[in-house]
Amino acid sequence: MTESREVSIRVPVLARVEGEGALDLSISDGELTNVQLRIYEPPRLFEKFLQGRRFDEVPDMVARICGICPVAYQMSAVHAMESVFACQPGPWVREMRRLIYCGEWIESHALHIHLLAAPDFFGYRSVTEMAKDYPMEVRRGLKLQGLGNELIRILGARSVHPVGAAVGGFYHAPSKSAVAELLQKIKQALPEAEALVRWVATLDVPQHEQQFHCVALRHEHEYPINEGRLVSSSGLDIDVSEFQHHFKEQQVPHSTAFHCHLNGEPYLVGPLARVNLNRDKFPEVVKNLIDELPVKWPSFNTFHSALARAIEVFYALHEAVRILSAYQMPDQTRQSITPQAGVGYACTEAPRGILWHRYEMDQQGEVVNAIIVPPTSQNQARIEADLRQSLQDFGLHNDDDALRQHAEMVVRNYDPCISCSTHFLILNVDRC
Amino acid sequence: MAETQTKPRVAVHKFSSCDGCQLALLNLGEALLDLTERVELIHFAEAGLLGAEEQVDIAFIEGSVTTPGEAKRILNIRQQSKVLITIGACATSGGIQALRNQADGAAWMAEIYPSPQFIDTLATSTAIAEHVRVDFEIWGCPINGQQIIDVVKAALFGVAPLAQHDKLCLDCKRQGRVCVMVTQGEPCMGPVTNTGCGSLCPSVGRGCFACYGPAENANATGLVNRFQGLGLVKQEIAQRLLFINNNAEPFASVGQALKDSCDD
Repeated sequence: MTESREVSIRVPVLARVEGEGALDLSISDGELTNVQLRIYEPPRLFEKFLQGRRFDEVPDMVARICGICPVAYQMSAVHAMESVFACQPGPWVREMRRLIYCGEWIESHALHIHLLAAPDFFGYRSVTEMAKDYPMEVRRGLKLQGLGNELIRILGARSVHPVGAAVGGFYHAPSKSAVAELLQKIKQALPEAEALVRWVATLDVPQHEQQFHCVALRHEHEYPINEGRLVSSSGLDIDVSEFQHHFKEQQVPHSTAFHCHLNGEPYLVGPLARVNLNRDKFPEVVKNLIDELPVKWPSFNTFHSALARAIEVFYALHEAVRILSAYQMPDQTRQSITPQAGVGYACTEAPRGILWHRYEMDQQGEVVNAIIVPPTSQNQARIEADLRQSLQDFGLHNDDDALRQHAEMVVRNYDPCISCSTHFLILNVDRC
Repeated sequence: MAETQTKPRVAVHKFSSCDGCQLALLNLGEALLDLTERVELIHFAEAGLLGAEEQVDIAFIEGSVTTPGEAKRILNIRQQSKVLITIGACATSGGIQALRNQADGAAWMAEIYPSPQFIDTLATSTAIAEHVRVDFEIWGCPINGQQIIDVVKAALFGVAPLAQHDKLCLDCKRQGRVCVMVTQGEPCMGPVTNTGCGSLCPSVGRGCFACYGPAENANATGLVNRFQGLGLVKQEIAQRLLFINNNAEPFASVGQALKDSCDD
């Protein structure tokens, strides 16, 4: 950089992220001296008010941490508490949990691709502007998002804060006729999901590779959603109960959410990490489509996150077809629970990446202690590392507006859902 | 030109919340695109529109007030907005996070934060109406998109929107649903809860947990007696009242009295 200047760009409200965040950049003599993603979502103290609540209230409470991924919170919670109570809900419940989770992936990914990320790639401020020029693509996205919501509703009665999931299983079973009707709709949408993947693959994204660790669940027989071991691209392979031995949360002064590190380094969770680590577990139909795309996997270009999301939408619809096609009414929809004291862990793959829960329960089945580590706090350190490199690659000589736009685009790639940062530490030492 | 001037200018603001009520808008699908034809969206950060300082006809508020900054921001928004409408439990009653109000808020903060003196947060989570005049409230955790469409339609026709304060029980009757409390002994909050969700919990065979807030003339004490008759202990009943809308009356006072009586 020949140019010498000092700029400080602040983006006070980061549009098109769920929750609230802001970004501070400082450039001095052509070098980035400061990159800070500030989270100012106020603390809501969920872990505190879970204490003393009975196990059957927990799924309805934790759903309220995030309106975009309530199913993920419910699933991590029920699995963790079932491990305390030695409850095994059986194959019907297992499949239905996969199904409702597929619905959330589809809903959340389609929302992100179309309403939040795509306007960036085409230079629009919002999806409503983009819809005027790309009506077909936007309508297709809204339709897929709607199908995701329908999948959640068939088990959960509504798509935001669904009410169907319980510790031990589900409160009800969908009727065979409702299943048949939805199956038909999803089958008809498969070509549109394929078109979505091909469309996203054509988007003109920056071609810059970075080095980072990917972390995701991995399951022996399937693409991971609710179960698996925690693995990383650098060789980690642990039981989810060992999470805290390897991952450390750390306070940073400029954000109300903790940063999380794997053995002292930032890491990536979410769709790109999942596809990178688990694409061998996709069924043939998904593998064949991926092989036709002009992208090499594993990909360490975080701008391929949108493509990873589209691929997971395509996969989740196929998985829903598989599950719905084999649907049978169960003898019972849930196991009855006999509470016992103990500690339980669970980790599931929320749309944005691994969501880790730990619950200590007492003899009466009440929560003694809860720890929740959401995906956004895990990605935060990685987002800042990405910004540092992406902005250098983009060129710091660009004017402030262009830099700001590019930085926002980098951040939105991670689909940061900031309202899910459940524990916070505002410690603005500079202020006093 | 004339047409754009007659379109109502609309803003959607977020306070402390989970974003689920904004998602009710983003989940409208085709209806969302239709809505944006009929109104002019001025501010809706989650959808990419930033115009927080502008004058609007209707401001929808999601979330409760939990920080000093939010307490100031809502005053400005009130001044800029002809009509101010709360959406969801957080904005309308303080939300689930108002559970901190009934605990020793300062002790909670001190327990969680090593340096609570630096934390820019209030000890309470309060409803928007505790800070400014609210013209209309949409209850629900979450609200559903139809509620927003109904309100916008009413505004387009220049009539006041219709408030829904019937009890959930009426919805079950209209739908011909068998009562989960009478037939299965499920403790159900339906007799004291607003309609609007479509009786979702009874539809999956479980009792309502009052996420749509207290109905008009809700007899919470009567329901407490009924729950005791079902064999629930005071602590369990208090937890049911002090849940999603724990800061709304009569849930707050009846629930707190019950809780205090089991602490004695």
